[in-house]
Formats: sequence, C-alpha cells, structure tokens
Amino acid sequence: MSSPPHRLELRGITKRFPGCLANDQVDLVLRPGEIHALLGENGAGKSTLVKIIYGVLHADAGRIQWNGQDTHIPDPAGARRLGIGMVFQHFSLFDTLTVAENISLGLDQPGPMDALSARIAEVSERYGLSLDPRRHVHNLSVGERQRVEIVRCLLQDPKLLIMDEPTSVLTPQEATRLFETLRRLAAEGCTILYISHKLEEIRALCDTATVLRGGRVVGSCDPRRETARSLAEMMIGTELSTPERLPQGEAGAAKLQVRHLSTTSDNPFATNLKDVSFEVRAGEILGIAGVAGNGQAELMAALSGEALVPDPASVAIEGRPSGHLGPRERRLLGLAFVPEERLGRGAVPELSLSENALLSGYAREPLVRSGLVHFGRARSYAERIIGAFNVVTHGHRAEARSLSGGNLQKFIIGREILQKPRLLVVGQPTWGVDAGAAAAIHRALIDLARSGAAVLVISQDLDELFVLSDRIAVLFHGHLSESRPTHHTSVEEIGLLMGGLFNHPPDEDEE
Amino acid sequence: MTLLRLEPRGEASRAMVYATPLLAVALTLVSGFLLFWAMGFDPVKALHAFFIAPLMSLRGLGELAVKATPLVLCAIGLAIGFRANVWNIGAEGQLTLGAITGGGLALAFYGEGGWWLLPLMIVAGMAGGALWGAIPAFLRVRFNASEILTSLMLNYVALHLLNYLMHGPYRDPDGFAFPESRLFEADSVLPLLVAGTRVHLGSLFALLAVGLGWFLMARTFIGFQIKVIGLTPTAAGYAGFNQKKIIWLTLLLSGALAGLAGLGEVAGPIGQMNPTISPGYGYTAIIVAFLGRLHPVGILLAGFLMALSFIGGEAAQIALGLPKAITGVFQGMLLFFLLATDVLIRYRVRFGAKRAVVGRAVA
Repeated sequence: MSSPPHRLELRGITKRFPGCLANDQVDLVLRPGEIHALLGENGAGKSTLVKIIYGVLHADAGRIQWNGQDTHIPDPAGARRLGIGMVFQHFSLFDTLTVAENISLGLDQPGPMDALSARIAEVSERYGLSLDPRRHVHNLSVGERQRVEIVRCLLQDPKLLIMDEPTSVLTPQEATRLFETLRRLAAEGCTILYISHKLEEIRALCDTATVLRGGRVVGSCDPRRETARSLAEMMIGTELSTPERLPQGEAGAAKLQVRHLSTTSDNPFATNLKDVSFEVRAGEILGIAGVAGNGQAELMAALSGEALVPDPASVAIEGRPSGHLGPRERRLLGLAFVPEERLGRGAVPELSLSENALLSGYAREPLVRSGLVHFGRARSYAERIIGAFNVVTHGHRAEARSLSGGNLQKFIIGREILQKPRLLVVGQPTWGVDAGAAAAIHRALIDLARSGAAVLVISQDLDELFVLSDRIAVLFHGHLSESRPTHHTSVEEIGLLMGGLFNHPPDEDEE
Repeated sequence: MTLLRLEPRGEASRAMVYATPLLAVALTLVSGFLLFWAMGFDPVKALHAFFIAPLMSLRGLGELAVKATPLVLCAIGLAIGFRANVWNIGAEGQLTLGAITGGGLALAFYGEGGWWLLPLMIVAGMAGGALWGAIPAFLRVRFNASEILTSLMLNYVALHLLNYLMHGPYRDPDGFAFPESRLFEADSVLPLLVAGTRVHLGSLFALLAVGLGWFLMARTFIGFQIKVIGLTPTAAGYAGFNQKKIIWLTLLLSGALAGLAGLGEVAGPIGQMNPTISPGYGYTAIIVAFLGRLHPVGILLAGFLMALSFIGGEAAQIALGLPKAITGVFQGMLLFFLLATDVLIRYRVRFGAKRAVVGRAVA
C-alpha cells in the first residue's frame, strides 16, 4: 500500500537563539489538501518554525522534505519557487499604491500590469475574494487588505499556504468568508498551515492540529474531537481556570462621560471620531468592539490625554470636564490607562521593571519626593506588582523587553490596578497573550469592576468582550453605536455592527 | 565565503559598553603608529611626543586640565540633551555668546570693577549661552524646526557677531586697530587654583558640573523623564511627561554650561577678548560626550583624552615638525573607531564561515 508523498515533512528541526532554544527537535508532517493548525502560546516557537519553513530563518539542525525530496530553503524567494506562500499577520502594503501595483511589487516575475490586473480579477473571482485591482490600498478595509496579501500568494499557485493569525483583524463575517476560501483551496489540494490561538476557529476549520509548548511538539490531535478547553490545556500544560462572571451589582454613578466627542487630525490616514457619546458607570465593564483602524487609536488618545480635545466638556472624569487635561492631571482625577502597545508605549523596553513601575505610578503612588525619585519605593512597588499578578521574571531589575508578552501585560495591568483607579481604560487587554495570562487578566478586570471602579475595554476580540463586558458598543468609521447589554445581544449582531450596519447620520465616508 | 561573521548577542553586552572606548583608543594608537611610520617619522618617538611627553611635567598636567575644562563643561550639557534626543550641535556658538556677554561686562566696567564683577560675569556668561540655546528651543517647540540645523547655523551667526564686536565696540582703543580687546583687569579674571600652572576656577566648575549632571540624571525625576523621552517618546507621552518642557530645559542647560565654558576661556587662560576664543571646543565636546558614553564620569575621562589630543598635537608640531592637521586626524580616528567598535556591544565576531547564509538570522 503506497500513499502519496507528504507535502512537507520536518524532522528534528532545532533552532537556537542566544539564550533560548526556540525549536527543539520539532517534527511536523503536512499532507496535501489538509488544513493543519499550529497551536501554541506566545513564545512556544510557532513563529520560528514558520519562518524556517518560509526560508526567513535557517534551522541549526534537522531535515526538511518537500514532496518526499530532501530540500534546503535558502530564502523566501526559494520558498516561493517551491510553492510555499505565506500571509503574515502584519501586512506589507504601500498605502499610496493600487492593489495591482502592490501585488506586482511582491512577485518575482510580475509581467505587464494589464495582464496582471486581469489575473488578479480572475483569481479573486474564483476564490470569492472580491477585489478591484485598480483601487488604492489606503481606501481598503483591513479585511480587503488581507485579501490583497492572499491573492498575491495565490497568483503563484502555492502548494502550501501559511496563514499567521489571519482572523485577528477580521469581523466574524469576514472570517467566515475567509474560511470558505481556505476550504476551497484545500479541496483543490493546497495544504494550509494555520496559526492561531483562537481555539473555536481552529475547531471549526482545521483537520489536524500540532501543539507546541516551549519549543517542542507536545501533542497532535483532531481539533474537531476536542473542546476549546482541552486544546487550551494542551497548550499551557496545566488546567485552565476560566473567570466566572458574577452577576453585575447595581451600576453606580457615571465615572466617565463622553459627550459629542469629535476629533480632527493632521494625519490623512487617521480615523476621526464623529460625535461619539457614551458613559461608563461605577461597577460595570463597557466593551467597545470594532475592527482595527475604525477610530480606536483616536478614542484611546482622547481618553488618556495624549491628544487634547477642543471642548473640555466632551470628556468628563468623575463629572469634571477633562478634555483639556494632560495624562498626568487625568491620572490625578482617578484614571488609569493600559495602552494597546505594551512595549514602546505602556513600557520602555530598555528600562527595568522598577523604572517602568515609576513610568505611570509616579502620579498616584508616593514614588517621587520633592523632585527626587524614591528608588526604594519604586522597587517595592514593582515587587508588589510582580507578586500580586504572578509576573514571571527574574526580579525588579529585569528589563521590560525581557518579559514575554503575557507577563509584561500582567505587569502593566497590575501597575495600573494597584494604583486603585476609579476608572480604568484598557486597549486590547489580551492581544497576543497566552491563555493562562489572559484568564488572569480577565479575572483582575472583573474584580476591579466588582470592587466599584468603572472599566472600559476596547478590543477587537469579540470572545473577550463577551466574557468581560456588561454592555457592548461598536466603533465603525469613527461612529459609536448605541451600547447593548451583553446578554441581550449575540456575536452575529455585534459582527453586523462591526461591518457598519447601524444607523448613524449619513456622511461622506460611506460607500 | 566569509572569514569574519557578526553574530547577534541577543542582549547588549555590559562589558563591551566600557571596553569599546578603550579598544577605540588602542586602535587609534596602532593606526597612529602606522601613520607616523608611513610619513617617515620614528613612530615610537612621535607617539611619545604626542601622548607621553605632555604628561611628564606639572605644567603639562595643568595645561591638560585647562584644555579639558571647556570640553567637559560643554559635553556635560550636550550629553543631557542627547539623552533626551535633543541634538544640540550649537555648543560652539553658545560658548562664543557666553564669552561675548561675560567678557563684555569686563570691558564695560573696565577700571570701575570690584569684587562683584566676576560673579556678575559668570552669571552673564551663562545667561548668554542659555539665550543662544533658547533660539533653537523656541524654533523646535513652536515650529518643529530641527534643532540640529538651527543650532549648527547659529554657530556661524555667533562667530560673525564676535568678529563684528572685535572690529568695533570691543576693540582696544589703544590697540593699533588690532582686533583684540584690552587685557582684563585682575577683578575680572578667574583666580588660579594651582601655582605654576594656568588651572583656574573654571576647572572647579567643570568638576561641579560632572557631579550635578550625574545627580540630575541618576536621582531626579527630571532625569528619569529625560531618559524615557530619549528611549521611547511614545511611552513618555503615555506617562504624561511634557516633551516641550524637556526640550527647553536641556537646551537652556547645555547653553548655559557652554556659555560658562566660553566665559572661563576669556576670563581664564586668554584674559581678553579676541576673534579666536575656541579652537572648536564646542564641536569636539560632541565627540567627548559620545566617547564618555553620555555618562558624566565617562565624559570627565573622555575630556582629558581629547584635551591630550589638542596638547599632544601642539607638542608634536613643535618637537617633530608634524603638520597641524594631526590633531584633527587623531580626533577623527578616535570617533571613527569608537563608532565602528560599538557594533561589538550588540554583536560578537566569529571567525570562519558556518554555513551559506547566516547573516540574516536576525528576527
């Protein structure tokens, strides 16, 4: 009995970086036409492995076989010649060029532009990826941008398509359409290697899953026969405790009131907020959903004080007009703030954890006395955070950049929560964070709200918002929908709102 | 096939941060040896004349301190700005302005001075430098104009201003139209600290600046803000640190220190106003700041090293008839080797090729 050769077979792949073993004797077999999930926490070695397959990195040891033949993948161009395509999590597109021009730049032999446009139209038609080759990229939604990247790969007729966290930027409806495309590709014999830590979607889409932990393969399974919980436990290697939602108490006074907030920006690619109004009351968690780039960054900046708003009354903290106040003054009023970017905004990569504790802690903790830094207190504050939030690190002297994403996020959220804020604004609390840390972060946010603080969560992760929020509103093209109680809405309804199907005054942005 | 490879270390090497300046000095000496040899001089004798002979007498050591004083004063201020990503290239002009304002007072009160004149000159010198630093600060904060360009261009304005004054108001009325002022009177000259040398009170100010600069950066909340703004401006915005305030502060501070250095020159070793107050101290201080790793103690050491290159260059000219450009060549080599060896902080050198492509394995 002979079976067709494996599409790709990795044996004993090992890759060492200074100070860490990223892949340790990894074996992986991909068959033609299968959709194969690569599962693992952050830092489990998924990215390294995929980069080795795509020729970006080179293994220190191990064998790669392509269609049964030993092979060496020198670089991404070599990988593309073999028939390997990859769609990265972060797109590499030029905003000011058209779809066809962008695709042409990524091809090794693009050919004349007219012929290319025709091929783009044909391929996108065949796989249900509607795309106009003449449009400029800056006009495209994130989902459409991703289609550009996928079409770019498909034009090279790949035998293996690698997708790195493809749905993190999509609405549920867009994700469903993407899955249809992927299934059609698989039916035609293309192998798909699918990287994600959204477990439900892996259960819905994939035929096989390989689980990585600490650089090693710790198991493989048929995800359709597992539960999301059992998959998560394979990933983190211990039992998972999911936060339990206590029924919400009586919502108290409004801690944050936003009234008719509109912003203007010099940046032509910014999404200005248009007449946004909402309030967050003591004891509740308000979730704001929306696909990235619909005004989240602008809303965060207007709330934190990094961008001042013209009308002071349009942002009120504890009833006080605050639109004209900077971050420091708003902190003194009781605001704490966790930005979306951890390294580079929420923390300074090169500084130690005690110095990073001082970064925002100076406002509400006694860390500075008559202009001098009290380093002893900053150190013990950092140690309190590390202890209370189980931050895995070798101490308060560790540089922020040495922490994993999940541990740094626990540190930053801990730093804000221990300041006993009356109002906490959090952007993407668990983006790219492993399941264990995500559960701890969710627990902490719910506890904070139940202790009487108001919490605002801005996230693209609907599962997260449904776990956390008492009410959910949706941001689309700078407009905010009415909020609705979480138990009176559904993922589908919120998904439609994220696609822009809600009533707001018509304006020039609409297409 | 490559014989030498650079391999990323993963994390910056602490030891190399301190070792590369020494390595740069060693490479400069080796290159200097070869250079002298190629030019037909006895390299051992030349290097001795350049680097050793000036240190063999009390007078020589004194001269070293005299030269190091303005370099250290300027570099301390510049380094604090550089830490905050404020690139003040205008120390030369700020130094000149300090000499103009402070020295101007000495001339204005010529013959009517008293104990109060010298302190007033010091204050005026610092104010003049700070004023010159305030111009790029204003342009940056108000119009977002690059302080690199504005501060650099103001150096030439300051020089022309000095030239104008030396040919007009500041000129010695009895000086036969030479562009030099009267010699300052005793009450407007900085007192000497060590008999038999020209070491003056300014050197004490430089040491004080080293101490205060360290204290500012290591202990105060302002210093912390400067560090955060320099490393990650967006994190500073998140924390609510006022970037404009820091731009003002660092430019005023470095201007004032450069102004003090300028006043120290005219009220110190020069003792009068003339059109060539500084042989480029304000520019050399940039090298001193980086050679000293922007750290006050490092700057003190680097200041002495650069001072030695000035003095050694002069000594080598006199002893061996070497061309004057030799000073600049040595300073240039030192900076070049420092920048080149800095790659060792993040990379280590491996010999021999491992396998075909490794260079791109930087994630």
